[in-house]
Amino acid sequence: METLLQQIVNGLVVGSVYALVALGYTMVYGILGLINFAHGDVLMVGALVALQVIVFVQKTWPALGTIPTLLIGLSAAMIVCMALGYIIERTAYRRLRNAPRLAPLITAIGVSFLLQTLAMIIWGRNYHSFPQLISTAPLQPVDGVFITPVQIIILISSALLMVALILLVNKTRLGRAMRATAENHRVASLMGVDTNKIIAITFIIGSGLAAIAGVMFSSNYGVAHYAMGFTPGIKAFTAAVLGGIGNLGGAMVGGIVLGLVESIGAGYLGSATDLCHLPLWAQSASLQATCANGGSFELLSSNYQDIFAFVILGIVLIFRPTGLLGERVSDRA
Amino acid sequence: MKKTLIAVAVLGLMAGTVQAQEVVVKIGHVGPLTGNIAHLGKDNENGARLAVEEYNAKGVSIGGKKVKFELIGEDDAADPKTGNIVAQRIVDAGVKGVVGHLNSGTTIPASRIYNSAGIPMISPSSTNVTLTQQGFPYIFRTMANDAQQGSVIGKYAATKLGKKVAIIDDRTAYGQGLADEVEKGVKANGGTVSSREFTNNQATDFSAILTKIKAQNPDVIVYTGMDAQGGPMLKQIKQLGIKTRFVTGDGGCTPEFIKLAGDSISDAAYCTQAGLPLDQIADKGFKDRFKKRFGADVQIYAPYAYDAAAALIEGMKAANSSDPAKYLPALKKVQFKGVTGEVAFDDKGDTKFGAITMYQFKAGNWVALK
Repeated sequence: METLLQQIVNGLVVGSVYALVALGYTMVYGILGLINFAHGDVLMVGALVALQVIVFVQKTWPALGTIPTLLIGLSAAMIVCMALGYIIERTAYRRLRNAPRLAPLITAIGVSFLLQTLAMIIWGRNYHSFPQLISTAPLQPVDGVFITPVQIIILISSALLMVALILLVNKTRLGRAMRATAENHRVASLMGVDTNKIIAITFIIGSGLAAIAGVMFSSNYGVAHYAMGFTPGIKAFTAAVLGGIGNLGGAMVGGIVLGLVESIGAGYLGSATDLCHLPLWAQSASLQATCANGGSFELLSSNYQDIFAFVILGIVLIFRPTGLLGERVSDRA
Repeated sequence: MKKTLIAVAVLGLMAGTVQAQEVVVKIGHVGPLTGNIAHLGKDNENGARLAVEEYNAKGVSIGGKKVKFELIGEDDAADPKTGNIVAQRIVDAGVKGVVGHLNSGTTIPASRIYNSAGIPMISPSSTNVTLTQQGFPYIFRTMANDAQQGSVIGKYAATKLGKKVAIIDDRTAYGQGLADEVEKGVKANGGTVSSREFTNNQATDFSAILTKIKAQNPDVIVYTGMDAQGGPMLKQIKQLGIKTRFVTGDGGCTPEFIKLAGDSISDAAYCTQAGLPLDQIADKGFKDRFKKRFGADVQIYAPYAYDAAAALIEGMKAANSSDPAKYLPALKKVQFKGVTGEVAFDDKGDTKFGAITMYQFKAGNWVALK
């Protein structure tokens, strides 16, 4: 039982980071219909800038507590990433606003490579150990189930950020302008919405969220690296599609579902297909030898962790081609 | 005036002929210079580069001509596809021998290209058994292979650390091959393998597989993969409240691993290294010369990359030719004192003097167990 609870906790933590990153994909897609493949790399820049600033602050003002240090690092990362998001939009995407859809997609991949290479030149190829300023000493809220304070903070702050973002889009003037731009940016601009500004703001918000996700990711795992954006980027993209790309609530649901599916899949796929659990009469002699003394013979194991996640994605897309919550709610709003 | 002009011209001609007599021999190095384990690739390249530079400084003559060795460093990004493209490219560039690749996953497919092109290749770090079992006469390595390393880990885990062993590998040719050998070693010494789990060489989160392992309550967790995953994995082991011993192979036996594991590492962590510890290698000055030349510490395999490059050059010297077909027989028989110790190859191309060392974490460092 505690194993299942632990797997759910694992899945929620991983899933909420996916969800936070997925928000960035989905916001940009909702407004521009563009998959911003550089998003994962903005996350990486956020983590590495925070690392740099935190190390500097620790050296210069060692008396400053851990939380102020982390907040300074986080703010610096957010400012740099927001500026970066604006620059990327201004230089790489704005000129291609009316180009065929494939053109900005290719540019996005190009920007992704560019950011990785720049980061590699600046921060080197080594894995950096990221200072874990929030405690990672495990707590046991339930006997046998472990969660660290940093993971609790990840869960709470991603939930808060997602709610804040949904309120921003649905309840504010800016949000209304964003929804109008998403629906039809030509018409919106005729109605007096400065669509270029709105799109720039979308990129800035998305990149700020990526910076937060990057700092959370690195605080949890204690590593930062110039290629670290790739895997969360791909997973978050998957989560966004799973939930219904362009849909903010979908990104949240998709991220959490993907996280849970991965951890439950990796945790139970093996035992569920363990031939040693077959009744003894069905086992061959060689299998019995393998199973003796607590051995196992798993048909499918954690080897298939990622495949399992994508099988779920496939099934969802067959029955609901627009994802769990449907695509681009704003179209229908 | 005219005479001095002629004298200058003659001098110039002579200088020209002296330069023409210096033959350039290209030696290739391939390893990942980008991607997750770029730090290890650069380490290997630097090792090979140091060998080439030191032989150049000493001066080597082959066939009566002074030879200048030139190292061509290429990047395979630890990716088998890129590895094959790069292998073909440096073969076309006319290298006379290759040091590399770093990963078994890239070395094995690339070895076919070198072998059919007739270019000797010596890997300093690919330990997968298959590499030298393909019957390729041009393929060598200076590092002990996984069969040797895996059986040492398996035996040590099952006899010294506890009977019940969980094995995680990173699904690369290296990790998988080593894990298979560990499993054999554990079983051969009366232990049981409670589960085989899998991750990949891009992963940062291992909580799901570790939670599953925790439920089975093993005595030892063995991880066969690189330090970039191993360090964070050890952190998560502590965060999940798992109290077992942890053993990793040579990919995790690095200073980087200790840095990444942070305060989660304790004397319950062990690692093995094919070959000898840096302070036990024959050439005590290597570490300092390396640091002085490149301004970086040796990560792991640089001494073996040095010896791989040295073996190529020693082979050429012995055969008095840099023609691969001519110096191959000499390379097969070469025996010399390299920086790691005696270097010689058996009839398959494996190293004859492959040592395996077991380390335990003590007071901030990997300390070799006797």
